[in-house]
Amino acid sequence: MAEHETVGELLARRGITRRALLKYTAYLASVMALAPSASKVMAQALSETRRQSVIWLSFQECTGCTESLTRSFSPTLEDLIFDLISLDYHETLQAVSGAAAEEARLAAMEENKGKYVVVVDGSVSTKDGGVYSTNAGKTNLEVLKETAADALAVISVGTCAAFGGIPHANPNPTGAVAVSDIIKDKPIINIPGCPPIAEAIAGTVGYLVTFGSIPELDDKGRPKSFFGDSIHDRCYRRPFYDRGLFAKSFDDEGARKGWCLYEVGCKGPVTYNACATLKWNGGVSFPIQSGHGCLGCSEPNFWDKGSFYRALPADTGVNGGVVAGAAVAGAAVGAASAWMARRRKERAIEEAKS
Amino acid sequence: MNRVVVDPITRIEGHLRIEAETAANGAITSAYSSGTMVRGIELILKGRDPRDAWAFAQRICGVCTLVHGIASVRAVENALDYKIPPNAQLIRNLMIAAQYVHDHVMHFYHLHALDWVDVVSALSADPAATSTLAQSISSWPNSSPGYFADVQKKLKGFVEAGQLGIFANGFWGHPEFKLPAEANLMAVAHYLEALDWQRNVVQIHTIFGGKNPHPNFLVGGAPSPISVDSGGAAATAVNLEGLNTVKTVIGKMQQFVDQVYLPDTLAIASFYKDWFARGEGIGNFMTYGDFPEKGMDDPSSWLIPSGIILDRDLSTIHPVDMNDPEQIQEFVSHSYYDYGGGKDQGLHPYVGETNLNYSGPTPPYEQLDVANSYSWLKSPRWRGKPMEVGPLSRVLMLYAKGHEPTKELAAKALGQLDLPLTAMFSTLGRTAARTLESKIIVDQMQIWLTNLIDNIRAGDLSVHNPVKWDPSTWPAEAKGVGFMEAPRGGLAHWIVIKNGKIDNYQAVVPSTWNAGPRDTGGQPGAYEAALMDRHTLHDPKQPLEIQRTIHSFDPCIACAVHVTDPNGEELTQIKVR
Repeated sequence: MAEHETVGELLARRGITRRALLKYTAYLASVMALAPSASKVMAQALSETRRQSVIWLSFQECTGCTESLTRSFSPTLEDLIFDLISLDYHETLQAVSGAAAEEARLAAMEENKGKYVVVVDGSVSTKDGGVYSTNAGKTNLEVLKETAADALAVISVGTCAAFGGIPHANPNPTGAVAVSDIIKDKPIINIPGCPPIAEAIAGTVGYLVTFGSIPELDDKGRPKSFFGDSIHDRCYRRPFYDRGLFAKSFDDEGARKGWCLYEVGCKGPVTYNACATLKWNGGVSFPIQSGHGCLGCSEPNFWDKGSFYRALPADTGVNGGVVAGAAVAGAAVGAASAWMARRRKERAIEEAKS
Repeated sequence: MNRVVVDPITRIEGHLRIEAETAANGAITSAYSSGTMVRGIELILKGRDPRDAWAFAQRICGVCTLVHGIASVRAVENALDYKIPPNAQLIRNLMIAAQYVHDHVMHFYHLHALDWVDVVSALSADPAATSTLAQSISSWPNSSPGYFADVQKKLKGFVEAGQLGIFANGFWGHPEFKLPAEANLMAVAHYLEALDWQRNVVQIHTIFGGKNPHPNFLVGGAPSPISVDSGGAAATAVNLEGLNTVKTVIGKMQQFVDQVYLPDTLAIASFYKDWFARGEGIGNFMTYGDFPEKGMDDPSSWLIPSGIILDRDLSTIHPVDMNDPEQIQEFVSHSYYDYGGGKDQGLHPYVGETNLNYSGPTPPYEQLDVANSYSWLKSPRWRGKPMEVGPLSRVLMLYAKGHEPTKELAAKALGQLDLPLTAMFSTLGRTAARTLESKIIVDQMQIWLTNLIDNIRAGDLSVHNPVKWDPSTWPAEAKGVGFMEAPRGGLAHWIVIKNGKIDNYQAVVPSTWNAGPRDTGGQPGAYEAALMDRHTLHDPKQPLEIQRTIHSFDPCIACAVHVTDPNGEELTQIKVR
C-alpha cells in the first residue's frame, strides 16, 4: 500500500479530485506556455506516479534560492512537498540533523536509483581539492558527484549553481564553478537569478515531475518559458524608452513618472527573465517598477560587467550615449526585438502542435 | 569520553558542524562550533564602485536578506558624510522591521519548532480538544474542530503514503518531546499557516525594493520614487495602491504576532520550563542600536539603544565605539586564517587581515582537530571579551534602559510562565526574546508608515539625495562604518574608499560573534558556552538537545563566514570598467 501510493491515490484520499488536479496542471501549462491540451496529459501522468524523490544539495550559497521558493504563490511550497515531490534531503527544511540527515539522503538515492532529481543551489568550490566548502566532512565536489551519479536529471537553481554566481566573481577566491562544469553526463536545467523568481523554480520542478522530461531550453540551459524574452521587451516602461523619455537620476520627475531607467544603468535590454511578466511575490512589483534598474542577475558573469549604475554601452544595440538619438535607435531595436519575441512565440506554438 | 558529531546542523542558514565531548552519563563537557563553507565576498568587493557594494554584500545572506545591503549603504554614507532624506529613513525602517518579523516567525515555525513539536504525535490528537486548546489561548479565527480535522487528515495522508520527505528520520517519539498531541497538531497547523502568511509579509520589500529575497537599495536614500499625481497611479510601485498594500500587510503581521506567534510561544514554552534553566551563553550582551526616527547620527532617536552588558549586570551599560581600535577586534587562533603579525594577535576591522589557510583534516574526515584551527569563522571580541548578540541582547538592553513597552511585555510573559527575569539567560529565554521583540517592532510599523504618508501629504516626495552621488564629489580617501541590528544581532561593515574605489571592506556579523570558535585565551564563543551549560544527551545518536540550543540562536553561517584572502597572496586590484 503505502510504499507505492501514487500521487493520484494520495490526492484522492485527501479529498482532492481529478478536477482539482486538472486545474493545477492547467495553471502549470499556462505558466510554461504549453498547449492547453497538455494539462490533461500532465494530470494523467501525475495521477499514476509516486511522488518524485528530490534531493536538494546546498553548496556555496546564501539560502536566498530556498527562501525564494517558499514565496511561490503557485504551486506553493506546501503543494510541492505534500502533493508533488518527496523532498528527501534539504538542509534548511528537513527536521533532522547530523548522521540521520545523511542517512536520509543515501536511502533516497538507493530506493530511487536512476529516478531521483537532484536540485543544487550554490556554486562548487574546486580549489585545493574543494576544502573551502564541506558538509558532513565531505567536500561539495564529492557529494555532488556521488549524488548526481544515479540521478534522472539535475536542476541548478540560482545563478551560483547555474553559472558560478558571486563566488565565481573576480578574483574567484575559492575556485568556484557551476554545476555544469562538473557534471557532464546528466541532463541539466539552469534556473538562474539572484535569486530566481519563485514560480520559475516551482514551475520547472512541477514540469519535470509531471512530464518526466526536460522543458525546452535556450542556449544557456534555461527553460524558454521563463527566460525566452528580455526584460526590456516586456517592460511596462518600454514605451518611454521608445519615446526617448528617461529618468536622469533616482528621484527626479522622470523617476517619479515611471520613465525608462536605461540611463541610470538598467540591464533589462540584455537580461532574459520573466520579471516584467510574472513579476515578484504575488505580482505586486518587480525591480524596475519599484524604481531601481535591473541588475541583470539571471545572466552569466553579471557581477563582473561593470557598475550597476553605468548605462549599457552602445554595442548592445541600444544607444545611450547620445540621448537625442536614443528615441530613434530605441524604436528600431524595439521593432526588431518585438519581431524576435513574436518569432519565438510562433515557434513555441508550432512545437506545441507537433 | 565520547565525541558526538552533528554535521550538518539542519534547519539553519548555511553550513555548521558541532562536535561535543560527553561524559558517560551523556553530559556535555566540551563543545566546538565549526563553520565549514567560505566564499570570499569581501575580497571580491575590493576595487569595485562603493555604490555597487550593497548588492555584493547583500548576497552574504539570502535569509536575513536586506541586512547586509543596509549595513553596506550605511557604511558608504558614513564614510562620505552623506545624508539621506527622512522618507528614505522611514522606508528603510519599514523594510528592516518587515525583515525582523518575517525572519523571526519563520525561524520559530520552520526552523525551530520541530525541536519541540512531535509531528507524528499530532496524528493522535483529538481535533475537538485541539480546537478548545487553540480557543483558550487566542482569538485567531482558524480554530474550529473541522479545521484541525482537515489539517490532521492532510498530515495523515502524507505519513501513510510512506514518503516522509523533510520529516524522514526525525526523532519522533523521543522522550524529550513533552507537548500533548493537541498542542502538536495546533503547531503543525500554524507551521503551514505561517508559510502562507510570510508570502504577504515580503510584499513590503517588493513594493519598496522590487523583489524579495534580495530587494534593491541605494546609497544616499531609497530606490523607491513616490508617484502621486505625476504620471498616473501606475507610474511606480510606491503609489496609493502600493502604500495601501503596505498598510494591509502590516495589519496582517500584527494580527499574526498577537494571535498566533506570541500565544504559541508561551503555550509551547510552558511545557519546557526546564529549558529556561540551561543554555546560557557567556552572560555578556552587546547591541549596536537601530531604527532611527531622525537618522543614524542621532542615537537618542533610535528605538533600539546601543551598549554592552557584562556578567548579567543590567544596572551598568557600557558604551561601544566601533571606531576605537582597542574595542572590537577579531582573533584567529582557532580559525583557518593567518595574521602577518602572528596568529595570536587581535585586529580591528579597519586593519583586518584575512589570509586564508586551511589547516583542518583532509576531507572526507571524521573529526576536527579542535586543539588547533577548526572553523572558517573568526573570533570577534570586545575589549577581549566574548559577547552574545541578538534578540536576547536587545530585549535585555531595552529592559535595562527602561523601555516601558518592553518591561510590560516581559513582565506579562514571565508572569504567565511564573518565571523570574533571570530565566531569560537560557535557551528558551533566547527564543522567547525573539517573540517579544517581534511584538515591540511590529507595533512601531504602523507609526512609521503614518509618518511616511503624512510627509507625502505635506508635499515631501524626496527619497534620494543626489548631492554626493557622483564619485567626483568624494574625497580621495574616506573610511566609515555602517551598522545595524540584524534579526540575529548587531552587524557592522567597515569600508575604506580610495580614489572612488573600495580599498578594504570588512564585515563582522552576528553569527560570527555567537558561533565563532575559542579565542587566543581559550574563551569559548556563545554557542560553545551555551552547549556546555547543563546539557545532558538522552541518546547521543539523537542529539535533540544540541539542536534545541543551537537553534535558539537562529544560526546564519553564510553570514558568519564571508571573508578570505587566498594563501596570503598580494591582493590584486580588480579593474572595473
